[in-house]
Amino acid sequence: MIEPHSRSDTVSDLDFEEIVRGNTAWMVAVAQRILKDRSLSEDAVQVAFSKIYRSLDGFEGRSNLRTWMHRFVVNEALMLLRKQKRVNERPIDPLLPEFDRNGCRVDDPFTLPITSEDHLHSRQVRDIMKEKIEELPDPYRIVLVLRDIEEMSTIEVAEALGLSEANVKVRLHRARAALKKLLEPMMRGGAL
Amino acid sequence: MKKAAQTLKRRMHGVMFRFPGMITCNEFEDFILAYLEDELPPARKRVFELHLRVCRSCRLYLAAYKRTLAAAKATRKDYDELEASVPEDLIAAILAAKDS
Repeated sequence: MIEPHSRSDTVSDLDFEEIVRGNTAWMVAVAQRILKDRSLSEDAVQVAFSKIYRSLDGFEGRSNLRTWMHRFVVNEALMLLRKQKRVNERPIDPLLPEFDRNGCRVDDPFTLPITSEDHLHSRQVRDIMKEKIEELPDPYRIVLVLRDIEEMSTIEVAEALGLSEANVKVRLHRARAALKKLLEPMMRGGAL
Repeated sequence: MKKAAQTLKRRMHGVMFRFPGMITCNEFEDFILAYLEDELPPARKRVFELHLRVCRSCRLYLAAYKRTLAAAKATRKDYDELEASVPEDLIAAILAAKDS
């Protein structure tokens, strides 16, 4: 992969093609996690690359090229998501843990079956995870995707979404708690 | 019967959680994110861990929460598997659109 390091680096069409070929797959995957739609994701990546091409001379190498390009595709995907009319805004409260008036947890506790780390990486578990993550209400799903899967920092997520850091943390915790609730039948049954 | 026993147990916990240096499950819930990111001040971390020792429900809850997080992070692996699946017409469209 070509990685320009300073403003003086010039990027020829040939170099750019190499950048596109080496980075399109993961960029589509990032956009798809945000948009839940392959066709829209490809649109987001296309626009992101056109902005990347125009900005490459300004890439100063303070972060690696992949990290720098990641911001472009996330921003384009978020932009497209905001334009979507079909936003999942189901209430999150039914998916959150319940407490009695003494502040004690009322959920029925269960012991997790022992599974290996490899099991979590299996195709079957990842398919379940993708399906359940997509069921989360969008305002929470996006925070979980950016923070836990894309590994952006709290500050970066706050900036990308125009939220306070405190709000990102609240949404992240609720998203994880809600996802846990959605996964409970699988966990109780030993599938996860 | 099981439900009555659980209610009684929760009532006893409710009394215990009001002791000095103790927190309720509800307060425990609010600290989970900061605990996992090692952002709790030492005194609060001790209180959190004390609750964890005495409350089985929260121990089981936290274990499932951590498993959920690990499984969510594992979905990143798709990057590798998507490498071979980028259609050539998308590459061509990106290259054609770069000057637009």
